[in-house]
Amino acid sequence: MVAATIARSIATPARAPFIALDGVAKTYEARFGGQVQAVETVSFEIGHGEFVSIVGPSGCGKTTLLKMIGGLLEPSAGKITYQGLAPGRKKPQLGIVFQDAVLLPWRTVLQNVCLPIEVMRKDRAEGEALARRLIELVGLKGFEDKYPTELSGGMQQRASIARALVSDPAILLMDEPFGALDALTREYMAQELQRIWSSAAKTVLFITHSITEAVFLSDRVVVMTARPSRVAEIIPIDLPRPRDLQMTTSEVFGRQVAHIRSLLSATGEL
Amino acid sequence: MATATAARGESAPGLLRRLDVGTALSAALFILLFGGWELAVIWGLMPAFVLPSPSDVVVRTVVDLTTATTLSDCVYTLTEILVGFLGALILGVGLGALIALNPLADRVLSPYIVALQTIPKVAVAPILVIWFGFGIESKIVIVALIDFFPILVNAVSGFRSTDPRQILLMKSLEATDWQIFVKVRLPNATPFLMAGIYISMIFSVIGAVVGEFIGSARGLGSLIVQRQASMDVIGVFSILVILTLIGIVLNIAAKMIGRRLAFWSETEGASGI
Repeated sequence: MVAATIARSIATPARAPFIALDGVAKTYEARFGGQVQAVETVSFEIGHGEFVSIVGPSGCGKTTLLKMIGGLLEPSAGKITYQGLAPGRKKPQLGIVFQDAVLLPWRTVLQNVCLPIEVMRKDRAEGEALARRLIELVGLKGFEDKYPTELSGGMQQRASIARALVSDPAILLMDEPFGALDALTREYMAQELQRIWSSAAKTVLFITHSITEAVFLSDRVVVMTARPSRVAEIIPIDLPRPRDLQMTTSEVFGRQVAHIRSLLSATGEL
Repeated sequence: MATATAARGESAPGLLRRLDVGTALSAALFILLFGGWELAVIWGLMPAFVLPSPSDVVVRTVVDLTTATTLSDCVYTLTEILVGFLGALILGVGLGALIALNPLADRVLSPYIVALQTIPKVAVAPILVIWFGFGIESKIVIVALIDFFPILVNAVSGFRSTDPRQILLMKSLEATDWQIFVKVRLPNATPFLMAGIYISMIFSVIGAVVGEFIGSARGLGSLIVQRQASMDVIGVFSILVILTLIGIVLNIAAKMIGRRLAFWSETEGASGI
């Protein structure tokens, strides 16, 4: 009983709720008959402006969960409710960042960042001005007219973050955005993301394989079990912000990383 | 000796330095072939009415290209080529998009397309002349028919090659199907389309000439038939040169357009010949 109350208090975000998942599940039709349960009853809430990470074993349905939260995929059971949406909207406006930057190779950096402006038929001049500011925010000033192939992997990913922000989305969905980068760039990008997040004030849902990355960036970390996935535990990270790399060697940080690792090894291999 | 070569190498202008061994040998082969041909005719190894010398052909070509009637035949054939090609392009890209993006259309149409593709198009030309007459229309239809399949096949694989993550990105932006088509699918398909266009450009010339062979009062193909009838071999060679020039110009034009439209594509950069 006491344990249940504690679990609930942890599952509720400190900030005003924005997205609530209630018993959300997803079952796929398998290719050769039968069904595959990717996600089995997941419930938690995401607060406005909160940075939430999801960590879990490979193939545990993290991406499926992310797509359902973004309204790109219908849950098979349960429901997802959004609060405080703009009038006339059923789901929040999204900004997506994939593992690879997915830039359109025939467009320059500026044109890529402006893509959402064009698609949403927003004011071009205004949009371009915003795009230029965001390109500067992500540290790509001077590369506006370069093509994606002229950029390094990290720079491409920065451009895709700027593109995700330009539509002023209610939530930023990031699906292992630094997974394709080398370790050093990755560490650097995590710091950069924290800086961008704090100045852009967005709700972020972040999927990662890296426990340290999750602890470093997040307000709360959702730990998933192996498939069919459930929430193993939701861990609030109460480290002060802004966080720096120094903090990753602190005892509190180490304890939280160790705790998440033990949860994951208890539920299956990473 | 070595120092002399080195000194010459340094002082050589940029153009000369770029001429590598391959280019030099290619030029040498050209001189050997045409020089040999020219000499063979001069020495009387070949009677000139059977095989005219290259220099005679060049002179005749210049005459042809400055004669109003021949020039109007050039324009006639070029019109057939370009109009037929454009028709095939519009039809091929349109139908290609439909087949690639609509599974029902794919299932309904694909068997017919596979069947039609195996018919030798040139063999259909006589029927088309009967149907569409001896005027320019039948030739345009023949060119369009020959050009259609390479464009269609490449369009289908081009539209199918779209990166699903790019589609997901567009969907996350709540893009309409039309926006996804124009902003993602079409540019993605461009390198494939260009590959089809290069092939079609060459086929166009063949289609136009074959069409004119079968029945036409105008155009370069009919001119070949007329000159053949009067044993004007130099005249036939001259038309051959003009047709080759048309082919080369069309090919270069297509390549330039391709490089502009698909500059970002690796296959575009790597495409040979």
